[in-house]
Parts: sequence; C-alpha cells; structure tokens
Amino acid sequence: MTDSRPVLTMTGISKSFPGVRALHDVNFRLFPGEVHALMGENGAGKSTLIKVLTGVYDTDEGAITLHDEPVSFSGPMQATAAGVSTVFQEVNLCTNLSVAENIFIGREPRLFGAVRWGEVRRRARALLARLDLDLDVSAPLGSYSLAIQQMVAIARAIDIKARVLILDEPTSSLDADEVAQLFRIMRQLRDEGIAILFVTHFLDQVYEIADRITVLRNGGLVGEYLTTELPQLSLVEKMIGKELDVLEGIEEHSRRDLATLEEGTPLVAVSNFGRAGAVEPFSLTIHAGEVVGLAGLLGSGRTEVARLLFGADRSDGGQVAVDGTASSLRTPAQAIDHGVGFCSENRRAEGIVADLSVRENMILAMQAARGWLRPIPRRRQDELVDKYVKALNIRPADPEVPVRNLSGGNQQKVLLARWLITEPRLLILDEPTRGIDIGAKTEIQKLVTQLSDGGMAVLFISAELEEVLRLSHKVAVMRDRQMVAQLANDESLDADRIMQTIASGSHREEADR
Amino acid sequence: MTTGTLTAGRNRFRLPRKQIPVLATLALLLVMYGIGVSQYTAFSNVQVIFNVFIDNGFLLVVAVGMTFVILTGGIDLSVGSVVAMTAMVSAALLQDGMPAALVLVIALLIGPTLGLLMGCVIHFFEIQPFIVTLAGMFFARGMCTFISGASIPITDGFWTAMSQERIGNPRGNFVSISVLIAFVVVAIAAYVLAYTRLGRNVYAIGGNPQSALLMGLPVGRTRIAVYTISGLCSAIGGILLSFYTLSGAPLIAVGMELDVIAAVVIGGTVLTGGAGYVFGTVLGVLVLGVIQTLITFDGSLNSWWTKIVIGGLLFAFILLQRLIGIRYK
Repeated sequence: MTDSRPVLTMTGISKSFPGVRALHDVNFRLFPGEVHALMGENGAGKSTLIKVLTGVYDTDEGAITLHDEPVSFSGPMQATAAGVSTVFQEVNLCTNLSVAENIFIGREPRLFGAVRWGEVRRRARALLARLDLDLDVSAPLGSYSLAIQQMVAIARAIDIKARVLILDEPTSSLDADEVAQLFRIMRQLRDEGIAILFVTHFLDQVYEIADRITVLRNGGLVGEYLTTELPQLSLVEKMIGKELDVLEGIEEHSRRDLATLEEGTPLVAVSNFGRAGAVEPFSLTIHAGEVVGLAGLLGSGRTEVARLLFGADRSDGGQVAVDGTASSLRTPAQAIDHGVGFCSENRRAEGIVADLSVRENMILAMQAARGWLRPIPRRRQDELVDKYVKALNIRPADPEVPVRNLSGGNQQKVLLARWLITEPRLLILDEPTRGIDIGAKTEIQKLVTQLSDGGMAVLFISAELEEVLRLSHKVAVMRDRQMVAQLANDESLDADRIMQTIASGSHREEADR
Repeated sequence: MTTGTLTAGRNRFRLPRKQIPVLATLALLLVMYGIGVSQYTAFSNVQVIFNVFIDNGFLLVVAVGMTFVILTGGIDLSVGSVVAMTAMVSAALLQDGMPAALVLVIALLIGPTLGLLMGCVIHFFEIQPFIVTLAGMFFARGMCTFISGASIPITDGFWTAMSQERIGNPRGNFVSISVLIAFVVVAIAAYVLAYTRLGRNVYAIGGNPQSALLMGLPVGRTRIAVYTISGLCSAIGGILLSFYTLSGAPLIAVGMELDVIAAVVIGGTVLTGGAGYVFGTVLGVLVLGVIQTLITFDGSLNSWWTKIVIGGLLFAFILLQRLIGIRYK
C-alpha cells in the first residue's frame, strides 16, 4: 500500500505559542488506504499537529500539500471541503439536533433553498446502514450514548467525500465492543482508499489497527515506522526517549521489608471506620514512609475510603489514632492539621487555574495554609517551584508559563506539585496517573517512591494493578464497598492474586495483618 | 458484531420531550381561555381573541426576532428602545412632510442597522450580548428624546388608513392590518427556522457553538444575522406600534424587552439556546395577552396583577424546563 504517492505531506512544520515551542520541524506523510498512528506523550505535539493540519492554527514555518498541491486551510470548514475531515476527541456535534441533521448540517440537500428533510433522513439512514448502525435518525443526538455519538461524528466526516480522515483519540470513551465496531469501520474505510490518521494513547489498539506509526516527542519528530517493524517496547522507548529500566529500578526499590517499617507507632491508625451506604467499616494502619496501595474495581469504594481518611465524609463510628494518640478526622481542616493531603480523582476539574502561571498554581495550597496575610517570599517560591518542576519533569520547564499552555499530563503534574509543596505527612493520591502518558506516569511513580523514602506515608489508589504492585508495601483490596484483604507486597503477591482477591473476596485470613 | 447494543437509545420517551414546553403553554392558554369563557359571557366572542392579536401584534413581531436571538443562546435588550426609536423617527419625518413610502424605508433600515452593528461587536470583540444590547438600548432610548422630548402625533394619510383599516367578516369580527403583517412575519420566521440553513445554524449554535464551529458552520455570520433579524423585527414592530397609537413618544415601550423575553420563554424557548419554536412564541404572546384581557374583564383588579401573574408563570416555566431536563448537553 506504500507504492502510491502520499495523499498528504507536511514538511518542516514549526509552531510556537507564548513560552512554548509546540512543534519544531516536523515532517509527516499519509498514504491513501492506510491507517497511520500518530504517537507521543502528552505535550509531544500531536494535537497541535492536527490543529495545524486542519487550519485551526496557522503554521509558523513549513508547508502542507494535498495531492501534490500546496494547501493552507483557514479552518476546519475549508479543510473538510478539501476532503480532510476530523473527528475530535470530544464529540463535536450538537446534541440538541437530530442524528440526521448532525450528519448533514451545513450541506443539507435543498430545493430552492429549502432543506429537504425527507431526503436528509433517507440519506442519513443509508449512510448509517453502511456503518452497520440502526438508529432513529430523527431522534435528538443527545438521546444516544457517547459511543454512538462518536460513530455519528464519523458518519458525518466520511460523507464529505473524505480522502483524509483524522480521528483524534476516538476510543478514549468507548468500551471494548464499541472499539471493535469502530475498528471494523476504520478498516472498511481504509479499504475504500481513505487515508486515516489515528491518534490514541492505547498501544494495543495501535498494533491492532495501524499500518504505520509516526512518533513525536517534545514537539519534534522522532521517526516514521512500519508497525510490523517496530516492537511495542521500542515504540514506548521512542515515545518517552529513555530506556525502560527506570521502571525496573522502582520495582526493586519498593519491595522493602514491611516489618522494619511497621515497628514504630503508626502515623495514622483507624479502626472500624465506615459510612453507611458508602463503605463498610474497615481498619487500616499507615506508618511513616509506607506506601499503602488501594486496589479494586471502579466503584468498589476506593475513593470513599480516601474521603473518610481525609474527613471529606464523616465516619459513622470507629476510632482514629494519629501518632498513637486518639484523635479525630471529622473535617478536611482537621485532616490537614494532622498533615494529611488529598489529591482527588478529578483534580483537573477541581484544581487547575488555567490563567495563572505554573508557579502561581503550585504555591496556591501552601499559601492558603499559611494564610493570605503571610506571603511566601519570592525566593522561597522560586526554590520550591524549581525543585518540583525538575522533580516532576514538567515541560516546558518555565514556571512563568500560564498553565493553560501546558498539556493535560503536565497540568496534572503541576497540581500534584501543589500538594507536595505543603509537605503532607500522609498523602492520599486518588488515581494520580489516570489519563496521562507512560513517561509522566513513570515520573509520578518514581516520585512516590522518593517521597516514601523520605518518610512520607502515601495511600495510593489506582485501577492499574501493576502500578499498585510496583509501588506499595502493602495492598488493601476493595470489593463491593468492603475492604476484603490487606496483603503484604512480598514475592508471593502478584497481579493475579490481587485479581483473584477482587473476584472472590478470599484471603480473609490476612485481613488483619 | 454487537450492532444490537449500539442501536439501543437511552430513552424511549424522548419524542414528546422537546414539545413539552410548547404543549404546556398551549394547555395553559386553553385553561385561561376556559376560565375567561366560564366567568364572563362576553369572553366567548371570537373578537376577544382577535383583539388580543390587535393589541399585541407589534409585540408578537418583536418576540419573533427575539426568538432567533434566544435560540442562539443570546439576548437582545435593545428591542423596546428600537421599537420606540422607529416610531419616533417615523413620526418626526412624517411631521416634516416626507412621503410615507420613504419614511417606511428609512424606519425599516434603522433597526437592522443597529442590530447589525451590535451583532458585529458581539462577534468580533467577543463581548457578552447582554452588555452590548444594553448599550444599544440606552443609545436608542436616548435617540428618542434627542428627536423630541414630547410625543409627536401622526396625521399622515397612509398611517391613518393602516390604523383604521378593518379586515373582517360579515358578522362584524375583524382584525387590523398589523395582525396580518404579524402573521406574515411569523410564517416567514417559522419557515426560515425549519427549512433554511440559516435557521438550522441558529439551532446548532444554540446547541453548542464550539461544535458548530468545528462542523464548519458559519457561526459568526449567523450570530450577526440573528441580531440583524431582531433589529428588523423591532423596526417592523415599531411601525406597527405607530399604526396602533398614531404617534411617536419617547417613553413608549419602556421595559418592553422584558415582556418580549417573558413571552419567548413562556413559549418554551430555552434561554440557553438550541430549543424552541416560533409557534411557541405565538402562544407565549397570547398567554400574556389573555392575562391582560382577563384582568381587564374583571375590572376590579389593578393592572399590575398582569405583572405578578407573568412573574409567577415565568418562574413556573423556567422550573418546568429544568425539570423535564433539557439534558441534551
């Protein structure tokens, strides 16, 4: 399929935003009838490249050709008209309009200026039938699930006689069946000769569907590879730009002797903590320097445990001891006084102040803790911010850039830094690595290890068992809003055993370790 | 493949959902009319309904323009002042002896021009419609008093003819020319919203302006167009008002924009945009008109009761919109 000429080429593309060089001298080409995956970490420049291609952004330098003709689109509308259609990550359709109208709006069949609704519906049905979708085309789009809306977006995109179809993380909100459906459609379109540019974070999906891979890193081009010639491991290495043994190092590190840690007085010990309707009473001790992993399925009560420990929800009963003395954790203020920090699951919605700089975002929590009448000296701010920008490898490493100009993963690191700066004694991390790429993930994991070495206790909540295993000294397993087991992370513990515990709720004998 | 799971819609009772606000308004209207007929024998005369249209024809036209604006998620506070300014300008020019046809053309140009300007400011400078049209409102109202501090009577032959023309049936029921003009405006607007790209773009922008842009729709042009349309409707409304009162007065139609917004919302158009019908707006205007008529028939109630009832209804309808969950977003 590579013998033909590329349908689309981008040469020497550069693009900068204030304080950020988003793309630097990137080349990209796309052949008809291929699925071409664009890979890279958060902030590597994938989204920017797509926006430059579709004319959302102007290029600073570089040229784009479509069918050997130089093109420069003024916006998605013009790009679409030229046969370059994009389906964005968030479904960009109007949920208040009908399915049929969403497919055809802007190019409805008309008679003397009047939209021919019958024809619109008929064509919509035909088009959806081609994608094996049987929907009520006059129903409002909003009455269908996100997955369906995504398919409708694709239907809209391919109807415009598309020659290039750009799918920007189309699978992030789909389940396995829906992904399979999407891939079937993608293969069908590919076989019809459409060139598909596919962006995703899921490596398995890339190997399932893509013919060719282009890797970006830090706004620069790493290379273009045939999928068959690029093993998954090398792909990851190319994406993060370093060898993977960093991860190995962490693992060695964390399998430490739990016994030495547990000799002292526990930092926090709760017994019979629970809340009706949220989580059954549980007992848990956390020592200084200990990482306690909390594993379990979504909705198994992990977040509820965290909220109880932070005082965000009040326990129905039970006792708390902090440093061995009876105490209480009934409000977040009390928890913070005891040195508990809580980085909640949806921190992006809760925490980020997009217009403030990285520095300002980072010192927010510390400043709040000190009270607004005692400003942190600028020199101290710079020290702290520098330290965490380095420790978390926040890119760009310029503390004065507005946070809005950072990629999603880097924004999340900034928020993590905000809590770390307050130097909590117990840090509760609820899904700190969800939705971020493998490089950032590694950095956050490394940081957790360093923090616990420095004596901080961490409650680490994650849906990824490997991650929990890699970091934790002890793993508490949640199942159906019950803490069913607490397992020491020794040689005998692996993901399978945790999975069995989640599935069966066994290993009760170890529950009171 | 699992086509079965993919065909499943999330709710099965969506069909009436979009129409519920309009149906509720219709039901309300029927109930009010029923109360009127059962309480007052004269109420059953068809002329009562015709009079509601005669008294509110100009309001209806302006409300149609407002429907376009609110459907995009915007608001136009300038309409009352533009109505007054159009009437003022017409009266002043006629007083100076300008021919009626020329006056009509000039009067009909002022409103859309101001609307166009406001639309451009809203779009190009990305300023909230609320504050831009508030400025437009003050400007137009100021122009009224600038033209004349006092009311100017209209004695022009065309105007008086339009004012007195009765279109009726042999039984003596009649409507004015204004009502016919209003109906024509309603019909055109309903057609534009349902069958033209402009109309569909209005709904798309109201649904999700970001998506509309990414779908390649002319968001800016449409947004400017709706304020221009609203300005044109206000201008027509101003002419109709001057037919009705045969004068231009600097303080007429003060606060009318609020009545208009109330009528549109009671008519089922969602304030955040994207859902609503011109037909609903007709019902909304009728509801306001029938309330007034009921209070007039009663005779003992202060006319401020109209406002109190409208206030109550407005609350009820906003809550209704919430409750039936316009959760398409």
